[in-house]
Amino acid sequence: MAEVLVYVDHVDGAVRKPTLELLTLARRIGEPVAVALGAGAADTAAVLAEHGAVKVLTADAPEFTEYLVVPKVDALQAAYDAVSPVAVLVPSSAEGKEIAARLAVRIGSGIITDAVDLEAGDEGPVATQAAFAASFTTKSRVSKGTPVITVKPNSAPVEAAPAAGAVEALAVTFGALATGTKVVSRTPRESTGRPELTEAAIVVSGGRGVNGAENFHIIEALADSLGAAVGASRAAVDAGWYPHSNQVGQTGKSVSPQLYIASGISGAIQHRAGMQTSKTIVAINKDSEAPIFDLVDYGVVGDLFAVVPQLTEEIQARKG
Amino acid sequence: MSLRIVVCVKYVPDATGDRHFADDLTVDRDDVDGLLSELDEYAVEQALQIADEADDAEITVLTVGPEDAKDALRKALSMGADKAIHVEDDDLHGTDVMGTSLVLAKAIEKAGYDLVITGMASTDGTMAVLPAILAERLGVPQVTLLSEVKVEDGTVTGRRDGDTASEQLEASLPALVSVTDQSGEARYPSFKGIMAAKKKPVEAWDLSDLEIEADEVGLEGSWTTVDSAAQRPARTAGTIVKDEGEGGKQLAGFLAEQKFI
Ligand SMILES: Cc1cc2nc3c(=O)[nH]c(=O)nc-3n(C[C@H](O)[C@H](O)[C@H](O)COP(=O)(O)OP(=O)(O)OC[C@H]3O[C@@H](n4cnc5c(N)ncnc54)[C@H](O)[C@@H]3O)c2cc1C
Ligand SMILES: Cc1cc2nc3c(=O)[nH]c(=O)nc-3n(C[C@H](O)[C@H](O)[C@H](O)COP(=O)(O)OP(=O)(O)OC[C@H]3O[C@@H](n4cnc5c(N)ncnc54)[C@H](O)[C@@H]3O)c2cc1C
Repeated sequence: MAEVLVYVDHVDGAVRKPTLELLTLARRIGEPVAVALGAGAADTAAVLAEHGAVKVLTADAPEFTEYLVVPKVDALQAAYDAVSPVAVLVPSSAEGKEIAARLAVRIGSGIITDAVDLEAGDEGPVATQAAFAASFTTKSRVSKGTPVITVKPNSAPVEAAPAAGAVEALAVTFGALATGTKVVSRTPRESTGRPELTEAAIVVSGGRGVNGAENFHIIEALADSLGAAVGASRAAVDAGWYPHSNQVGQTGKSVSPQLYIASGISGAIQHRAGMQTSKTIVAINKDSEAPIFDLVDYGVVGDLFAVVPQLTEEIQARKG
Repeated sequence: MSLRIVVCVKYVPDATGDRHFADDLTVDRDDVDGLLSELDEYAVEQALQIADEADDAEITVLTVGPEDAKDALRKALSMGADKAIHVEDDDLHGTDVMGTSLVLAKAIEKAGYDLVITGMASTDGTMAVLPAILAERLGVPQVTLLSEVKVEDGTVTGRRDGDTASEQLEASLPALVSVTDQSGEARYPSFKGIMAAKKKPVEAWDLSDLEIEADEVGLEGSWTTVDSAAQRPARTAGTIVKDEGEGGKQLAGFLAEQKFI
């Protein structure tokens, strides 16, 4: 059966959920062969095998951490040459997209980014994309070369499908460009203990209406009562009330949770671009004319300082 | 020695307009006003700041786009760029990212450069991959998604805020940089800038100037094919309640019904 190369996003061997989703999609078009790079690469094998990887190609080298992006492209290209896959799938993170893009030029292939679904077609895999702030749904194909496709988080269910998952070391030769951009230092983001924004099943976001960093604890308390991630609008981020890494929208994270709760957010097109594909949308806003209400399944016109704490309290009461 | 900066800017349909696809599944550009992609204003701004710090620098803004894309170039010139290059050719209609990056790479090489600066993503295609592809094609280091950037003594340094970490990067020129909207507000063109821009040179190049064949670009030469584009059905109108003191409890009721609690 045809092999599909799947690039593994992991942190020290812990595989991130979007990669497991990719394995589900990869199985629709062939047999997944996973490529895991960097520290802990071999530790990913068990979970990848459990989710359908027939083979796991691994490589570690200081270049992967000391230089930006290109060493990983060299490695993915080595895997491509070794396997001759029918498609290459990469998670749509900022780095994932750059890796996929450079690989695509090198192997003379077209690229599709930010697919939200993938199926087998007569002329190769067909990708669904959400265009223009998710107001359009398009179906596209790569018509030249081996399809290189990046896929957004929450695009497919994670399904167990045990496979061999045989670990093989991948031989990588780094090219002249690999050491072009040096990573001089790296400061890891501190974990808040809350779920990862792009992977969370529930996201609770606050905007300009939250009116100050000191008030964001109201949003956090609601998030914690639901086991949710916290998001913010750009207005809240630009005002310095919440970190940029929590921004939802066109230039922030794009989220697609089961439930999105927006408080004190008007719903500007650039914000919608990052949350419009959420399954259920709820908004709390004191302005009944706010555009966010055009999107909601349930909306409360009211002051968030009254509504949100009452909601949090009621959730806790119902949970007992 | 002069620092030659090329800034890639895209002309895009206004995101607040009613954007849609034409019959051939390319972006319909007739019904919605176009403008300089707002995220590319940040690229122009950083170029201006880098040029200010350099002894001697020249900023060229470059776009690949239709006739009206000149408006985007004018805007960048009125912000303070020195000159502009407009690559325009009927055969470019419907070009995908591989074709666009090929044209940009050839144009950048023809123009001559030490530093290429781009936005983090366009506001229409929003792929956020063109900068990496361009670096690969040009064979120069990519120093991408920077929220802070500095150029000194032939070296570019910058901060990249990623998903799991914030990184400090460094590369030698020539290099390609892309900047995010965290890099600092873009200036507004002054009246003087707008007047001055009218006199600045805008060169027009077509595919033959870049020795690119028509079948390498355009809809026909595309490495990707769009089979269909459908407007997402409007969301069915939801329930909207006014808070009369019980709004939070009512909302909790809805969440429980939906099995979120
Ligand atoms: C190129 C570009 C990229 C952008 N990218 C992003 C992005 O990634 N993400 C993003 O979010 N934005 C982005 N923006 C900004 C976007 O256009 C809006 O400016 C922003 O989303 C507004 O944030 P907001 O809704 O929090 O603020 P506002 O639009 O000011 O809305 C605040 C809302 O809070 C309500 N409110 C106030 N007080 C209360 C209260 N006590 N109780 C209840 N409601 C209250 C108000 O009625 C209002 O509707 C981008 C803009 C550009 C040009
Ligand atoms: C909704 C939609 C979806 C698309 N999906 C795909 C796809 O999956 N695959 C594909 O191959 N093509 C796709 N395209 C076409 C692609 O967007 C264009 O070819 C485009 O010019 C390059 O990609 P981008 O605009 O997304 O650039 P990005 O990678 O988002 O742009 C980053 C930066 O590159 C520079 N830049 C981009 N285009 C130009 C230009 N024309 N002139 C000067 N500088 C520029 C700007 O500095 C910009 O900030 C899509 C287009 C649309 C409208």
